[in-house]
Amino acid sequence: MKLKFVLPIALFVVLAIALGVGLTLNPRDIPSALIGKPAPEFNLPPVQGRTAGLATADLKQGEMVLVNVFASWCVPCREEHPLLMDLARARTVKIYGLNQRDRPEDAERWLAAFGDPYLKTGADLDGRTSIEWGVYGVPETFLVDGKGCILFKHISVLTRQVLERDFLPIMRGERAPPKTNC
Amino acid sequence: MIAETGHFAVILALVVALLQASLPLAGTALRIPAWSALAVPAAVLQFALILLAFGCLMVLYITSDFSVMNVWQNSHSAKPLLYKISGVWGNHEGSLLLWVLILALFGMAVALFGSNLPPSLRTRVLSVQAMIGVGFLGLLVFLSNPFNRIFPAPVDGNGLNPLLQDPGLAFHPPFLYLGYVGFSIAFSFAIAALIEGKVDAAWARWVRPWTLAAWTFLTIGIALGSWWAYYELGWGGWWFWDPVENASFMPWLAGTALLHSAIVVEKRDALKTWTVLLAILTFSLSLLGTFIVRSGLLNSVHAFASDPGRGVFILAFLILVIGGSLALYAVRAPALRAGGLFAPISREGALVFNNLILITALATVFLGTMYPLFLDAITGAKVTVGPPYFNATFAPLMTPLVAVMAFGPLLAWKRADLMGALHRLKFAAAATVVALLGALYFTWGGPVLAVLGFGLGVWVVMGSLVEVVERTRLFRASARDSLNRAIHMPRSVWGSALAHAGVGVFILGAAGALGWESEKLQVMKPGDQVELAGYTFIFDGARPARGPNYDATEGTFRVYRNGELLTVMQAQTRRFANPPMETTEAAIHPTRMGDLFAVVGTPAGDGAYQTRLYRKPLINLLWTGALLMAFGGLVSLSDRRHRVGAPSRRRVEAAGTAAQRA
Repeated sequence: MKLKFVLPIALFVVLAIALGVGLTLNPRDIPSALIGKPAPEFNLPPVQGRTAGLATADLKQGEMVLVNVFASWCVPCREEHPLLMDLARARTVKIYGLNQRDRPEDAERWLAAFGDPYLKTGADLDGRTSIEWGVYGVPETFLVDGKGCILFKHISVLTRQVLERDFLPIMRGERAPPKTNC
Repeated sequence: MIAETGHFAVILALVVALLQASLPLAGTALRIPAWSALAVPAAVLQFALILLAFGCLMVLYITSDFSVMNVWQNSHSAKPLLYKISGVWGNHEGSLLLWVLILALFGMAVALFGSNLPPSLRTRVLSVQAMIGVGFLGLLVFLSNPFNRIFPAPVDGNGLNPLLQDPGLAFHPPFLYLGYVGFSIAFSFAIAALIEGKVDAAWARWVRPWTLAAWTFLTIGIALGSWWAYYELGWGGWWFWDPVENASFMPWLAGTALLHSAIVVEKRDALKTWTVLLAILTFSLSLLGTFIVRSGLLNSVHAFASDPGRGVFILAFLILVIGGSLALYAVRAPALRAGGLFAPISREGALVFNNLILITALATVFLGTMYPLFLDAITGAKVTVGPPYFNATFAPLMTPLVAVMAFGPLLAWKRADLMGALHRLKFAAAATVVALLGALYFTWGGPVLAVLGFGLGVWVVMGSLVEVVERTRLFRASARDSLNRAIHMPRSVWGSALAHAGVGVFILGAAGALGWESEKLQVMKPGDQVELAGYTFIFDGARPARGPNYDATEGTFRVYRNGELLTVMQAQTRRFANPPMETTEAAIHPTRMGDLFAVVGTPAGDGAYQTRLYRKPLINLLWTGALLMAFGGLVSLSDRRHRVGAPSRRRVEAAGTAAQRA
């Protein structure tokens, strides 16, 4: 049997194996290129009706914080919102909100209706800051160390399970955080 | 009852497909004519059953029957009728049903119009066609039933993804599928030929019109998708090298290669195994495209949520179909008698060059699309391959192909005269030089690549016209004689000239849109004005507006040119409630030399809005070019050579005229 007639099927076998392995992977596991790196510089005004805006300096106050990307038009955000409220009430961790591409009055109404777990908020009207943070889709939650470096990132709804599996061990110091260059 | 009828029809169709896949094939092998004879009625019955099921689903959508899960998930009673209908295929299950409907349609077409095929070939083709049907019907029946009920029935549905609520996108999937699935015929013919062990000129003559039809549909489908992305996504882009776009583009590249290599089989009885492989490859890429979109393997706007069970099923099916056909190829292809050698400077030499480049380009697109997956599978690293890779590899690869495209049709079969072809292209070359100098003069200081691209486009358009001019003896014979010659010129010659000119027109559009675009992004208050490429945009502020199932913010721009009011443009941002989502409706004002494009973005307080303004020269030529390609395909398809029994009828006619003269 001549090689040139067998080559197509040989190539296909390789492809099929890759597709098979690919199926077992979760396309949501997208690590951020920014993990271990300093969060991008930004300085945003607060969401309408609030006084404290959000800037890079807020992430360098010496303690770990969560940065949660949310929007009023984002339905899954409602799903994770009660958990964020619990965390804020229990003072587990400081939570900062990055409000992505929202209408100011919608964002204000949303926080009024569902409660405001955020210590400070940044209104990212044009989505530019979100792009710099490498946000794929709302909601996303970042864990930032006290020096302004991103330690972890979760895409999609934050659940208690995710929190306990991925966030809390780093926050409690039980798991070594990734190397940072801050 | 309607849902149950549809469900039952799908199950029956699966049974019929199983019969059609097995008995006729066994019948041709064992020489049992009664079994072979089943193929044609089975193909017709299969289509009727799937049409019934599809009709049922459509009725459920139109009547908003939310007791059916699929309707509840993807429709809403407040949706306009058009989108209730297009919602049928705007989801996983419904789009699969459309897929098998088209598959069965093509199968029936072979059954009814294939009476001039050798009976054994037709039977085998229909059996192979039914095997593909079995796979997809099985997926529908066992894992993706569109007719599942929910109880109690919800009051209203979840609504269709607003991005899909658009006339352009309503017809994008059906055309795409007509293309994808149309290639299944070429595939079935290839498999049947491998089973029979015979590929000859007649085989190629049967395969070509089917491939051409599929290619034409796919061209229209891709163009519709690109047009939609242009006016709907609000960034003025028209091709993003998104995995799903690539998934539709790869079969197009392979199909284009197949279209050309089949000519060589027909005329020169060469490139047989290669053409068979291309037919398998083209349809395999169509299947892979379906797999990529349906499995959620690659994240994309286009992917509808799905569960891993389906992914495993589709992969198993893919391995069976592609792996099986390639294994058959490895065993049987060596038995196909190879054709003669040929000179590099000849029509067939040019067609081989065309194939080499198209396949190389296909390989680069394939690598770019699949590389993230490979890397993830091997190392776990996540990367995205973006437009920079594709732009850097694809365009340079295609340039030589496009540059020699004008030569191809002018070269003779077997041994051609390159100098003669060059000589005949002198007017095209002169026109290109003039266009290059003109473009350089008008865009001095602009991007050089755009000027070169523009020149290339002019070259291809002019080069494609040369053959028409030559054949009709335009400017040399009398106008009447030329017209007469034009009418009697074979439609396939017209078709290829039109399609090739379409490529040139497309390149003109791409050069203009990529190289000479102007854009301005800013915050504008009512009354603000912005100058852009000689046009003055005055923002008149934004007002709320209402649509049938959305609220919108509508921004108005007055556009002045040389102090005179040219047009008033109204751009919208739409907010849908079901499901909650925002879409942008760009305002587009077409001018003779391209589009003005305006988008109203998020509000910035005090009645001010983020606005994006673009001028996109020549962009209308992109779609004109694509449509011209498709039109060329249609014209070529109408060539009498492709029609049933045409050659013999012509002979009779000729004999008749001869008799009259005598």
